[in-house]
Amino acid sequence: MIKLELKNLTKTFERRVIFRNVNLDWEAPGLFGVAGPNGSGKSTLVKVITGLISPSSGDVKLSVGGKTYHPATAIDHFGFAAPYLVLYDEFTAKENLELSMKIRGLQLDEKYMDELLEHFSLIKRKNDLVRAYSSGMKQRLKIIFAFIHNPALVILDEPTANLDAEGKEKVYLLARKVAKEKIVIFATNEEEELRMCKEVVKILDHKPAERAA
Amino acid sequence: MLKRALWLFNKDLTSELRTRYAINALAMFIVVTISVILFAIGEEKISTALAAGLLWVVIFFSAMSGLSRAFVSEEERGTNIILQLIASPTVVLTGKLFYNLILVFAMNMVILVLYSALFDSFVLKNVFIFFFSFVLGNSGLAFASTIIASIIAKANSKGTLYPVLSFPILLPLLLMLVEITKRCADGVAFEEISPEFFALISYNVVMATASYMLFDFIWKE
Repeated sequence: MIKLELKNLTKTFERRVIFRNVNLDWEAPGLFGVAGPNGSGKSTLVKVITGLISPSSGDVKLSVGGKTYHPATAIDHFGFAAPYLVLYDEFTAKENLELSMKIRGLQLDEKYMDELLEHFSLIKRKNDLVRAYSSGMKQRLKIIFAFIHNPALVILDEPTANLDAEGKEKVYLLARKVAKEKIVIFATNEEEELRMCKEVVKILDHKPAERAA
Repeated sequence: MLKRALWLFNKDLTSELRTRYAINALAMFIVVTISVILFAIGEEKISTALAAGLLWVVIFFSAMSGLSRAFVSEEERGTNIILQLIASPTVVLTGKLFYNLILVFAMNMVILVLYSALFDSFVLKNVFIFFFSFVLGNSGLAFASTIIASIIAKANSKGTLYPVLSFPILLPLLLMLVEITKRCADGVAFEEISPEFFALISYNVVMATASYMLFDFIWKE
């Protein structure tokens, strides 16, 4: 059983309220969405869920197999990709993925890594330095980075930024496949992506309103 | 935890060998500083006490030029988000500490060898005690500069903030090290400098404890 719970989650920067009292209860399997206009706080919300920033108040809980984790203790259960995520460009794609697994203290499944690289058409370039990659290739690698450790919850902030039609389709295919067992969250404004979601939370006027897609 | 930290250290070391962010800056700084001191002294015969003091001045300013890179380069390139996603704050701090320890030992060994070769007045009569205080001094320098680097990495004016924050924190360490080095040059027995020696150990313990207690708050936005 995988479950994500947000309780009265609020984030303010000084006096500015980014979002207020966000309540969610999402259970696997499923693909879920966070939507809202530019500057509404989508990225801030996903950063709070992953523990990159702390909430001003409220609580984030991730339950995996009967155990409950908070963002600080759930590092290995989260997968995250975003356009503002920067990979080590002095390392190759393979080295980036290997290092991320080793620093997490997990065993790298080389077969799974090659499958993901093959899926995103990066297998022939896996030994090239990331600095030689185009922005679209870097985005594909970031998506692989989010899935490589087989996490219970994958959060993709603007998952198809910098991607062409083929790249987008590959992200959707993988997300839908993983979402059959786990939780995948899209933080996006793309209607096509929101239509795939089982449930979408919209952040408007700093007050979230839930709706079923 | 240790294994994860060692992989992080391995990442930093490989990255440094490929990008030469800190090594080049450190090498240049060491060569330039020692050359300037040599030119300034000229034919003058300087005292052992002054030579001991100058050694730690070179070490302090060299440390200022290179040791902040561990965190600053991650922050400047934006790779700090990746680290936050894959490692706990304790793993990050331990990995960065290992890296700065190696860097500070390598840097100070080079400085010591060059200094001993180029300055006739720098002669140590008690090498054994100097060696232990040198090791403790290096680790104290690494502990202090690592936690300061993590603080200033988040600031806008990193360049100026690093020496400003480091000076009051490193001053007690440097004063003890200068004193011990002077005494070692005079060839005093361990009993005479044991208070400074134990103060050095205490400094290391305090810096290590404070670093691990504070780092969680510094690392997370």
